[in-house]
Amino acid sequence: MRQITIDPITRLEGHGKIDIFLNEDGEVANTYFQIPELRGFEQFCVGRPVEELPRITTRICGVCPEAHHMASAKACDAVFHVDPPPTAKKLRQLLYNVFFAGDHTTHFYALGGPDFIVGPTAPASERNILGVVRKVGLEVGGKVIEMRRRTQEVLKVLGGKQTHQVTSLPGGVSKGITAEEAKKIEEHCVWFVEFGRFTVQAFHDIVLKNKEYVDLILSEAFTSKTYSMGLVDENNRVNFYDGKVRIVDPSGNEFAKYSPADYLENVSEHVENWTYLKFPFLKNVGWKGMVEGQESGVYRATPLSRLNASDGMPTPLAQAEYENMYQTLGGKPVHATLATHWARVIELLCAAEKALELSRDPEITGTHIRNIPTETPTEGVGIVEAPRGTLTHHYATDAKGIVTKVNLIVGTTNNYAAISMSINKAARGLIRRGTPVTEGALNMIEMAFRAYDPCFGCATHTIPGRMPLVVRIREANGELLEEVRR
Amino acid sequence: MAKPKLALYWAASCGGCEIAVLDIHEKILDVDRAFDIVFWPVAMDFKYDAVRAMEDRTIDLCLFNGSIRNSENAEIAHLMRAKSKTLVAFGSCALEGGIPGLANLTTRDEIWGYVYKGSPSTVTQNGGTYPQTHSAMPEGAIHIPEMWNTVKSLDQVVDVDYYIPGCPPQPDQIWSVVEYILSGKPLPPAGSILGAGDKTCCDECTRERKEKKLTKFYRPFEIETDPAVCLLDQGIVCMGPATRSGCGALCTKANVPCRGCYGPPPNVTDQGAKMLSALSSVIDAHDPAEIEAILDQIADPMGTFYRFSLAHSILRRVQKS
Repeated sequence: MRQITIDPITRLEGHGKIDIFLNEDGEVANTYFQIPELRGFEQFCVGRPVEELPRITTRICGVCPEAHHMASAKACDAVFHVDPPPTAKKLRQLLYNVFFAGDHTTHFYALGGPDFIVGPTAPASERNILGVVRKVGLEVGGKVIEMRRRTQEVLKVLGGKQTHQVTSLPGGVSKGITAEEAKKIEEHCVWFVEFGRFTVQAFHDIVLKNKEYVDLILSEAFTSKTYSMGLVDENNRVNFYDGKVRIVDPSGNEFAKYSPADYLENVSEHVENWTYLKFPFLKNVGWKGMVEGQESGVYRATPLSRLNASDGMPTPLAQAEYENMYQTLGGKPVHATLATHWARVIELLCAAEKALELSRDPEITGTHIRNIPTETPTEGVGIVEAPRGTLTHHYATDAKGIVTKVNLIVGTTNNYAAISMSINKAARGLIRRGTPVTEGALNMIEMAFRAYDPCFGCATHTIPGRMPLVVRIREANGELLEEVRR
Repeated sequence: MAKPKLALYWAASCGGCEIAVLDIHEKILDVDRAFDIVFWPVAMDFKYDAVRAMEDRTIDLCLFNGSIRNSENAEIAHLMRAKSKTLVAFGSCALEGGIPGLANLTTRDEIWGYVYKGSPSTVTQNGGTYPQTHSAMPEGAIHIPEMWNTVKSLDQVVDVDYYIPGCPPQPDQIWSVVEYILSGKPLPPAGSILGAGDKTCCDECTRERKEKKLTKFYRPFEIETDPAVCLLDQGIVCMGPATRSGCGALCTKANVPCRGCYGPPPNVTDQGAKMLSALSSVIDAHDPAEIEAILDQIADPMGTFYRFSLAHSILRRVQKS
């Protein structure tokens, strides 16, 4: 048996580590994707006043604190049985959609996009945001930086801080916005929609017009037939902030649709003792191991899964592109993992459109922004769509609102089994007897999991769009046969 | 002349410190121009072995964020200490354990017992199982780091030269530190706090303070507050008096109380003790029993007064048998 260790070891404690074992014939025997860290939020949040959790759970992830802030705030609303006034809900949703547009921008241009924009086999030194800028021009690079700056500016106004927001309280928000602030935000949102259109067009020009890329997207090595999960509104359209969780089976038929409070009837978690992260699966299908198909409880919760699990987008430009994607890729559902990038730019455009709509809503400057809770707190679940997947916060408290139980199922965690399977499939597809492991092959394995925008420890992001890798291939006796690094 | 060598590292953290560095926007290009960035896992190619191969004290400046939570965090902390001339604890977690340090209110066994066995979504077979550092799989051996029982700050593991507080440090403060270093001016005495003020958060807060005497405390969700008046005066526990200035009082501007992320003010070692004494001075009672009864209204003093600083406080952790 030979062992290949892919150690995206840069962030040793949070990234994850891949071991690939080869049999005596030099073929892939198995792969293990390990997560080496646990911080224990679920346990140390016990004993805290529940209204503090939107300010504590943000620290699960400094890249997407908005998602934890919102899921937590919604769980708090449920714990206190209080419904925020319309203005408060709209302010939260405005913040959330602006965040979504910004976060997807970062992934598309800096993390996942370079594979396509610069090319999957381009030199590693080019396959990063700087390479993207060189390829598409400084003007575009400037736009990406401007997008980031503008979204951060809006987040600071609405969230109090640009990282680790503080404004959501049980029953609403702590701070409204003035007409002047709303006007300024509207100007930003107009710009975001333009940027979204531009990005969708860029995806068409760079990716879809290149037959080689389209073939890659549709190839078997990058396909996983699993269940799809996503939050939908009352018309089964994609909603990032609110609604019911809908699950469709690998053929696209509705399998389940549940309110946040019923998540435990639908999702369970499997434990393996060689990793710190658990494997969520569909309770009513069951854990059958890391396998695809109708009989396996493995599901995915990604931008693509959200589109698969919905009947459409809530905004016109995004809806048009949604129809375009399914028409081009042969109908719903799409199981091509790399099409997640297409779904992501559709969501970027949707979030921008939604934010613009909210910024123009006359209620957005309302002054009734909180309903003070009056009922005895008990238990509640809050679910939002994080950019990387469905995010569930479940709290129980005593009669004073002191937390007695916390259960979290975090965006990327949903996809742990699916990511492991994608790695396995890509490795089997590219590592063959007698074929040296090349830099390009490494990148192909990376592409399999980068499509998920994985955020392990909810904090695993490498800005240049490639995880620096060291691959060592050893004989069973430990002798180093080959080392590929970059 | 060769450019000074800069390294940035994250241990047990959330990534927010890295985002804060990126939030200096186009000035990041100035940093890139001024420094030779030799190690920045989040943003650059992996050069871990290259760091190991360096002569000791090769790196001029290392900004280290994240708390020390497992065996690998500690290993890298020792490595970066050895290779760096100047090691800076960057952000609340590295300074004082941060929010992950609240895990010192519990134990590793309690965390594992809940996460891997007790949680309502977790399915266990044969009594369940815990992660193990070394696993013998059918195909061969794989391993993961050892999670510690107690979260530590960086300076509880290695010597630290300077500290930059905040969760996360505010981008303008980060830039001011970088600018200062680039100016070539002599560095302040070792152990100094950089990128922050030398007063309390109250000093930056624009709310009017009347030193009102309190008989009742409220939780932030319970009442509407007056945006022009000190939150503590309105009975909301606000960590401002026990917190160093530097953030610009962002939270109180957003109508929510300070939670102390910039750490204790100058000449205070224990933020929680400082907060307790600050509260005692605003309570409208003289009888110790009466004072205690009023303080008892405060929900979760431990998790509030030591929200970010427990691991570095005089308490460090809560002992559990």
